[in-house]
Order: sequence, then C-alpha cells, then structure tokens
Amino acid sequence: MAADDTYDPTPANEELEAHLQTRNMVVNLGPAHPATHGTVRMKIELDGETIVKSDVEVGFLHRGFQKSCENVTWNQCLPYTDRLNYVSSLGNNFGFLTAVESLMRIEIPDRAKYLRVIGAELHRLADHLTATGALGLELGGFAPFLYAIEGRELIFDRVSELTGARLTTSFGRVGGLNRDAPPGWFEKVIKTLDKVKELRAEMDALLTRNRIFVDRCKGTGIISTEDALDHGFTGPCLRANGVDYDIRKARPYWVYDRLDFEVPVFHNGDNFDRYLIRGVEMEQSDRMIRQAITDMPGGPVILDDWRIVLPPKTEVYSTIEGVMAHFKLVMEGVQVPAGEVYSSTETANGELGWYLVSDGSGRPYKCHVRAPGFHILSALPKMIDGRMLADMVPTFDTINMIGGEVEQ
Amino acid sequence: MSSTGLDEVAKALPHAIEERYLDRTGAQWLVIKREHLPEVGKLLKEALDFKLFISIDAVDRLNLPESTPRFEVVYFVYSVSRKEHARLKVRVTEDDPEIPTLRFVWQGANWGERLTWDFYGIRFKGHGDLRRMLLYEEFKGHPLRKDYALRDRQPLTPERPIKDIFRGPGTNGPA
Repeated sequence: MAADDTYDPTPANEELEAHLQTRNMVVNLGPAHPATHGTVRMKIELDGETIVKSDVEVGFLHRGFQKSCENVTWNQCLPYTDRLNYVSSLGNNFGFLTAVESLMRIEIPDRAKYLRVIGAELHRLADHLTATGALGLELGGFAPFLYAIEGRELIFDRVSELTGARLTTSFGRVGGLNRDAPPGWFEKVIKTLDKVKELRAEMDALLTRNRIFVDRCKGTGIISTEDALDHGFTGPCLRANGVDYDIRKARPYWVYDRLDFEVPVFHNGDNFDRYLIRGVEMEQSDRMIRQAITDMPGGPVILDDWRIVLPPKTEVYSTIEGVMAHFKLVMEGVQVPAGEVYSSTETANGELGWYLVSDGSGRPYKCHVRAPGFHILSALPKMIDGRMLADMVPTFDTINMIGGEVEQ
Repeated sequence: MSSTGLDEVAKALPHAIEERYLDRTGAQWLVIKREHLPEVGKLLKEALDFKLFISIDAVDRLNLPESTPRFEVVYFVYSVSRKEHARLKVRVTEDDPEIPTLRFVWQGANWGERLTWDFYGIRFKGHGDLRRMLLYEEFKGHPLRKDYALRDRQPLTPERPIKDIFRGPGTNGPA
C-alpha cells in the first residue's frame, strides 16, 4: 500500500497467494505404531508434512534388567541377556560371558571360542537380514521381507539345533559352552549359508537398484560424523559415517585375530549407506563362519574346573566331590573375585559393553549394560527434524533400534 | 607402550585427580574430583581425541566394604585414533548427589545422565532437561539404589490428562 492515505484496491503480487491459517500439529507416533518395532513413543510436531521438532520417549518395555541381575547368580543372568537384543541373542549371551570371564581372568578352550564366533556371526546374519527385510517392507516392498525371513528362519533352525531355542537361547556358561554342536551340524550350517546367500542375492536384486527404494533411502536420515561420534554411534551405523571402528579388529577377542575378514566402511551416513553396509557385513559373516568351521580344533568346549563349571553327571551321582561341587555351584553360583571390569564385544548393532562389579559373592553387585541401540536412538531427533515425516520411517529402520536392549 | 590418554590427563591436570589405579584386568581408571569434571571432559575430547561417547552409569556402594562416599558415577569414552577406552569415576555422597553435567561436551551424555538420575537419583547440574528416562514421572524412589527393595510396589497413578495433542479449534480454546 502506498505511504500516503490514498487507497489502491489493486492487490500486490504477494497477496495473490492465499496462505492457509495453520498452526503446527503435534502427533503421537507410538507406543504401538507398527513402524516403531518395539514400543517407542515419538512426539512429533508437524508443519504440514515436515517435522519441526521431535521428542523420543522410551521405557515402555522396561523390565528392570539390572535389578534382576543383581539378585540372581552370574549364570542365571543369561536368560535376561537373551531378551536384550532378541533378534541376535547369542551375541548378548557370549558378550556377557566374555565380560564375566575377563573379570575372573580365565581363558576358555579354543573350540569354545570358535563355536562362539560361529554362533555370534550366525546371529549377526539373522539380525542384518531382519533389519534390511523390515526396511524393504516398510517402504512398500513385501517380497524382500519374505526372502529375508526365510533366510532368518533357516538360521534360527540351526540355532535351535545348537541351543534348543530359536530366540531365547541362554547358551554358554561361564567358562565355555554348555554343550558341543550336534553331529552333522557344521555341514548343515554350510548348506544353510549357501541357501542364505541365494536369498540375499534375491533381496539385493529387489532392493539395491530399485528406483523407489533408492529414492526413499538416499540422502535421508543423514547424520554428520561429528554428531554420530558425539552421540555414541557404534557398529554399522558408525561405519556408514566413514569411521573405521570395529571391536573385532580394534581389540580382537575370541579368535577374530585368526580369521581373515574385512570391515566395510561407507561415507555418506545416510539410510542407503546403512542399508548397503549391512549387506557387505553379511558377506563377511558368511566368510568368517566358513573359515571358523574349517579351522575349528577338537577338544572340550568348557573348562574342567569344578569351582566354575558343573561336574559331569556321572561324577555327581557317584562321588562325594561331584555332589559337593554341584551343590555349591547351584546354590551359591560361580564365585567371581571382587573387582570391576568394562568389557565390550561387537554385536550386530554395535558395541555391547558391560560394566560389571563383583563383591566376591556369587551374584553380580552391579551389571551395567551399554546397549548400542540406546545411544543411536538418542540421536534420532537430530536425524529427522526438519525433514519429511515419510523419511522418518526408513531412518527408524536403518538404525535398527531394538526395544529390548534400549529399554532394558 | 606409549602413554595412554589418562596418563596425559594426569600430567595436564594433576589437581583434578583424586586417585589413579588399575583394575583386575589391568585397565586404567581415574577418579576425578567432581568440580573438575567438565575440564577433564573437554581435555579428553578436544585435545586427546576421545570423541566417541560410550556410556555413563553409577554404582551404589551401600553394601560394599568401602562404602563412603556412597555413589560412584562411571564414565566411558573411546578414542578411535588411539584405540583405547578412557574410564573415569566421580564419587559423590548421599547428602549431596550432584555432579556437573557433561551434556554439552558429549551430546550422548544427555540420555545417559537422565538414566542415572532415573535409577540412582543423582542430579546433573546444568543439564536442563533432567526427566526420567525409562520410568514414568510419577514413580517414587530410584530403583537401582540398594535400599530400594526388589519387590517394592508403586502406587497406582491416575491417568494423565492429554495436553500435548492439539484437537482442533474448540476443545482446547483458541490458538
């Protein structure tokens, strides 16, 4: 309008657009939204379809993991660790046992170390298959999910032959493993790996060059390397940001230093790189399992020390020493010397750390778990704020947040 | 072996160190005086390249032989270039469980500190957003304290009124 008092009815150009009178809308996503695999609640403030501000609320799946562990014996903690990352529970079982063993300063037999590598890598395969399959599913492709789940079920069949359970494995004991692989199991594993390789190729063909999939993933959910480190990203999500940190290489445990494998590193830090890196890691896991099966020595899978390990049943039923050792271990648990330790292993999602404190009794005094997903989830607002609501879905998938470990 | 990150900290800030020791596995620990914690954090992150945040938690030492001061807060950070973890500890008493925040040094400390507040009741000064992390706001007490009974029960809480959902004009009043 002119500066003087004359009224000019001709509208200016910017007045031609009729702006809607809107205000931001707050939407609750979850706790039971299908796109949040687990029970996470996200409060999202939307301006149209753009996320202005988001807040993540966790804890709906809290089970009192630490408090429970503090009140049972060391070996009895194992079933609780299954339920941390329930897609790859062997990784948690073995990670926890490794921490306890390093606190006790005991070395487990070689065959047990190889078997732990095979178990952990099998479950890494299963975990990555689930993550990438679910990513495809939630972006509208149902077929890759079916291939992924078929492969995962084959792996779970092998795991249940080894441990007796598909998901809640509770496998291994302080000092090694509670049983050896059944006869003919390794041949079955090789065959399974071949089959899974075919299924992975199918998935790859359906997803990696799929226009819709690539468009939804490339350039979305980006986080800078600095922020990723700052928030505590580890595992595939950190390596998709160009940081070469894998505990299997940085501080090799079990027999990872004897195996020939590579750690893939990608550089864009977006959803597509986090998808690609899981594909390459599955190839490497496949390689490691085959090597471990070839190189595996014979011998026992658990220590022969009745202060730590239950004696064989023939001894329990026929000798007084056997009965005594059995009774003490069942009633009092493994005696772990007083002290503290921080120990970590590389699970499918990243660094699974344990800070254990023992007061010298048969129960943990403190059992802190550093779940990789917890720290990755804490950066989610940073990855989705200012972006479209639809980008939230692949981002949530590729960080592969698992409710069990995040909410303890 | 060359000097570790914690050696460097002890050299640069001797006044901040309360104790130095090795644990059973040979790992090095530093016990930091709490008022110097942000200083040590900044040094570790900016000068010594401990950029990867790992974790925070606390220990209630109530039933341990050495039980004063009662709480120990533990910090873990990692340096990718040095390939080592740094393990830090701060001790606080039960009467004054307050520690300066590290949230503005490592952003990952935000959720970790909320978790420690939630389960141990240790306050982080200057945090600014110290809500409970996993439990709900009405929860009474801090369950990982050793004097919180295993089978303790919480009272039922009434349903919270929904305030954070905008239901269009009319129900919530004008914009």
